[in-house]
Amino acid sequence: MKELSLNILDIVENSVKAGASLTEILIDENEETLSLTIKDNGCGMTNEVLQTVTDPFYTTRTTRKVGLGLPLLKLECEMTGGNLTVTSKHINEFPNEHGTCVHAVFYKNHIDYTPLGDVIASITTLIQGHPDRDFLFSHKFEDKNVCLDTRELRTVLEDVPLDSFEVIKWIKEFLNEQYIT
Amino acid sequence: MKSLAELQAIKEKMKNKVVLREGSADIRVVVGMATCGIAAGARPVLNALVEAVNESNLADKVTVSQTGCVGLCQYEPIVEVYEAGKEKVTYVKMDADKAKRVVEEHLKGGKIVADCTIAAFNA
Repeated sequence: MKELSLNILDIVENSVKAGASLTEILIDENEETLSLTIKDNGCGMTNEVLQTVTDPFYTTRTTRKVGLGLPLLKLECEMTGGNLTVTSKHINEFPNEHGTCVHAVFYKNHIDYTPLGDVIASITTLIQGHPDRDFLFSHKFEDKNVCLDTRELRTVLEDVPLDSFEVIKWIKEFLNEQYIT
Repeated sequence: MKSLAELQAIKEKMKNKVVLREGSADIRVVVGMATCGIAAGARPVLNALVEAVNESNLADKVTVSQTGCVGLCQYEPIVEVYEAGKEKVTYVKMDADKAKRVVEEHLKGGKIVADCTIAAFNA
């Protein structure tokens, strides 16, 4: 992937497919590292599946026999000297607190580090594609914390869908302003 | 500064529109947004489509949605156009500029952008 934000878009798609009503996308940066956490309350995975998720020859899709989402993310963080961990609680075993958490650490000064890129575009794309799901986005860097919680927007918007063009445009500007001010 | 009050205003404005929009869309535009599509550049294609459809005031007629892997990864980014009573049109190797052409020429003008279809690439 050309941008880390595209990996985010890709990985969160797994959370949506797992039936998550809320997916948290948390980025925490300091001078040396970028840590990315994608945490959802979807159906989770069994230990068996969990052990195979970073194997490119494991996939849930039926159009072919390879799945590259998590293997790509793993490769990209490991190339910088970082690492990827995936933990999960399957709904059958943990009916009240199921979900999956993907955590990746990147070393930013490594030559193979993939820049974060247009993370705003990824967030708006996710909301546009899944207006019935909730997303919590937080990006901490330097002394800033750029934040968006669709649950808050939903209470204001009531029955106006989150994927309305005006709303998507507002979200884009709302995030953009937080980055530049 | 963007505020929630501004969002409230959008809500008031949109309220009436929503009722009108439900169920009236007769063209469905679908973008492949699996790993293959995203890696090939589907995100700017989708965003260009959403923007152009809304700016051309086609939102009542056209819905833009996302799907998983279409099964033709080598042709990504792929955009499919479904229109009631017509055969599906599959656009391949898309980019933001081609997406704008599809909105202008096909969705608005009713004429398929022949050089971007899968048939053009197989010829």
